[in-house]
Amino acid sequence: MPSYLIREHQVEKEQHDILSEVTSGDYKYGFVTDIEMETAPKGLNEDIIRFISSKKNEPAWMLEYRLKSYRKWLEMTPPGWAHLKINDIDYQDIIYYAAPKPKKELQSLDEVDPELLRTFEKLGISLEEQKRLSGVAVDAVIDSVSVKTTFSETLAGLGIIFCSFSEAVQKHPELVKQYMGMAVPYGDNYFAALNSAVFSDGSFCYIPKGVRCPIELSTYFRINAAGTGQFERTLIVADEGSYVSYMEGCTAPMRDENQLHAAVVEILAMKDAEVKYSTVQNWYPGNKKGEGGIYNFVTKRGICKGNNSKISWTQVETGSAITWKYPSVVLLGDHTTGEFYSVAVTNHHQQADTGTKMIHLGKHTKSTIISKGISAGLSNNSYRGLVRMGKKAEQSRNFSQCDSLLLGDQCGAHTFPYIKVENKSSIVEHEATTSKISDEQLFYCMQRGIGTESAIGLIVNGYAKEVLNKLPMEFAVEAQKLLSVSLEGSVG
Amino acid sequence: MKNGFTNGIVRLREKLEAACSEVLARSDDDNGFIRKERERAMASFKRLGFPTQAMEAWRSTDLTATLAQDYRIFTEAPETGQDIGQIFQCDIHHLDTDLVTLLNGWYVDHGQAIRQLSCGTVVGSLAAARLAYPALFEAHYGRQADVAAGGLNAINGAFALDGVFVYVPDGVTAGKTVQIVNIINSDENIMIQPRNLVILGKGSKLQLVHCDHSVRHKRSFINSVSELFIGEEAVLDHYKLQNKDNDSAQVTSAFFEQQSGSRLSSTVITLNGGIIRNNLHVKLSGPGCDASLHGLYLVDREQHVDNKIVVDHMAPDCVSRQLYKGIIDDQAMAVFNGYVHVARDAQRTNAYQNNRNILLTDKATVHTQPHLEIYADDVKCSHGATVGQLDPEAMFYMRARGIREDTSRMLMMYAFAADVINHIRIHPVRHQIDEMVYRRLRGELSVCDQCILDCNAQRPQVFEIDLNKI
Repeated sequence: MPSYLIREHQVEKEQHDILSEVTSGDYKYGFVTDIEMETAPKGLNEDIIRFISSKKNEPAWMLEYRLKSYRKWLEMTPPGWAHLKINDIDYQDIIYYAAPKPKKELQSLDEVDPELLRTFEKLGISLEEQKRLSGVAVDAVIDSVSVKTTFSETLAGLGIIFCSFSEAVQKHPELVKQYMGMAVPYGDNYFAALNSAVFSDGSFCYIPKGVRCPIELSTYFRINAAGTGQFERTLIVADEGSYVSYMEGCTAPMRDENQLHAAVVEILAMKDAEVKYSTVQNWYPGNKKGEGGIYNFVTKRGICKGNNSKISWTQVETGSAITWKYPSVVLLGDHTTGEFYSVAVTNHHQQADTGTKMIHLGKHTKSTIISKGISAGLSNNSYRGLVRMGKKAEQSRNFSQCDSLLLGDQCGAHTFPYIKVENKSSIVEHEATTSKISDEQLFYCMQRGIGTESAIGLIVNGYAKEVLNKLPMEFAVEAQKLLSVSLEGSVG
Repeated sequence: MKNGFTNGIVRLREKLEAACSEVLARSDDDNGFIRKERERAMASFKRLGFPTQAMEAWRSTDLTATLAQDYRIFTEAPETGQDIGQIFQCDIHHLDTDLVTLLNGWYVDHGQAIRQLSCGTVVGSLAAARLAYPALFEAHYGRQADVAAGGLNAINGAFALDGVFVYVPDGVTAGKTVQIVNIINSDENIMIQPRNLVILGKGSKLQLVHCDHSVRHKRSFINSVSELFIGEEAVLDHYKLQNKDNDSAQVTSAFFEQQSGSRLSSTVITLNGGIIRNNLHVKLSGPGCDASLHGLYLVDREQHVDNKIVVDHMAPDCVSRQLYKGIIDDQAMAVFNGYVHVARDAQRTNAYQNNRNILLTDKATVHTQPHLEIYADDVKCSHGATVGQLDPEAMFYMRARGIREDTSRMLMMYAFAADVINHIRIHPVRHQIDEMVYRRLRGELSVCDQCILDCNAQRPQVFEIDLNKI
């Protein structure tokens, strides 16, 4: 064999080795924790809903709400408009309730199942450590059930309520009853209706008037059990003049089946309040053949109810086999602000259809959309967004920028913006570009001794910087690592 | 759907199906080709039905009221009964054109159904071309306009009785601009289905101006389909002018197919019209194509204009540009639905898409959807869309220099429109459209009594501005 052929062969082999190493090793959260679980039987019917409700010892109005949602859900059909290929989901083949078996009422962290604690340590969120060092209050939700909320006592001193959703239903029913379903009504869409019927837990957060939450609130979601779906629900209410920054992270074990995650997040910002919601979504994306992975169908919506309020969504989406997610802001009050910053990375067979909706209803409202899509492998990555200026939204302003980066010639990057303007004094600007990493950029890095993979990591991080900068510090580091890991082996 | 309309729509559907059966029963002298095409199209229409707002492609345009009207449907050429010469007095000043006329969608032959011009270009009626050039006709007809793609395309295919046929042989440069004028002149409500076929051979060149115009009629619904094939290295300049009255509805579908190295420049100017929907489908089939698509729409009152543009990059090294601009006044609504698709093999594609709108009132509405779908990595694609109003600072600048408010507004709108008009490459046409846009913006232009390109005497363009003050 001539020498250049041998060299080529070696290079090819090396690339193959890197690829297989990376694809088997890139998802490091793919372990399963062996803890005793309590599950409901498979399938969905009114009895299952009653079972969930009674397990959680819920009041009658909550059960009514669930049943109402379930009946609505039966009448609905799954949305088919997204640029996604979704295998039919058998909703009767899912376990709708799985919880770590309760041993006794937990009084302190020391009493949490040590196996569970180890799980969180592996995830890099040792509750113990978090509690002492980082000053981040964590609510950990495993298989839809909140395991432990740290720092509740400190927060309680300020009047802040930060607890699991079930606890809120028990202890603050009046708040839950008043605000639940306000931003995302039970019949909003197919997955929101399903969630409203079967949601098992989640986080509840109430910031009283004029309080600035001193620490970042955080929830960590983990799907553990096989054959289950995760249906959590988050409700954040920021009362007049308050401020809160909220973070959400998620992981799941590697399994060759598709698991369903249909969550609902609602944010309500009253007069002068500000809510910042950050997500690093890293559900298991499936293997490189496209088997397994989480179906992430999430409804997130915030309402700027009062004047001068502000809601900001920041998301880094690297996981999930399929992402269907449009965090939105309804700008109801005058002089309100909505923001959406997103980085969505898809590799191998992942599909993402994500974006936002900015509904301007109040006067002098402002919104900004910055979306950065990165597609690699055989994946498809779509931005889908709506900007609507209502008749009364005088002097409102929107700026949208949606950039796509293509790595490889087998992937797709798509942009589907919808703009509707109904008054003469608003200004809407939308711009988008699609490009690839140029050979010149790579050459420049390699000339300076930076390898291809690192160079791509560097360029991609630079490309996404605008969004990463908006993340709280704890998340930004994780997000940057995730970006590099998700894209490893995608170019060669 | 409102109940009052349902009956009307069912009636139209039945009428169309009956008329189509009549056409099929009558056309026993035809060869099998067109018969099969019509049958296929009718079967497709029966399956698809009329477009509704539930369909993504029609979500912002409601045809319900249009479809519910009672229309007369022609299955054979109507008696003209008019002095044809009197109606067609069309002329572009300082431009000698080869004029092709259609009356209610039927070719007006002036004694010659198909003719060969001195340069070699063949111009004539589609019905005559089918018999005179069967091989050419069958090789191109129905190749781009997919009857399965939409109900209205299918109806057009089910009739396809007449329209314009233009053939420019290989290497021929058509000497004069070909001007197609479609006039609606009827005492009844009519629905017509013109079908045009334009074929440019290798290395040929053609300039085509297409005008739609109404003279005397009640309501009209034009559902036209044009297929335009641009051969290797050929160049087509296509201009479409729409200046219809507010009782007219028009759905035009133009399907362009470009072979390698060809160039297309398309300009659509909409000055007036009730409901207008322009579908523009450009397929770049060979490498190295260039397509420039420009549009300008100035709508007011209850008018509705919807431009749907699909650019399909199928081959590498192609460039496409879209620039659509519009000014929307009163309760009018404008829709822009741009879609760029880049196939996996279409590497080194450059695609630009731009839509800019100015809203003048709080009752006017704009929907804009500039979509990109990209499957190749070595591409440069960008799109932009803006909706806003006249820049207050620019207004202030002019006001500060003693220019009246209405004049300043005029000047700015005129400059906004000029971006599109300046792309028109036939100078006399550009000059005339420029003039029409100016008059349109001043509210002086309505639907003329004569052909839109014969707009009485030319007026000099005078802005009431003392330039010394600027």
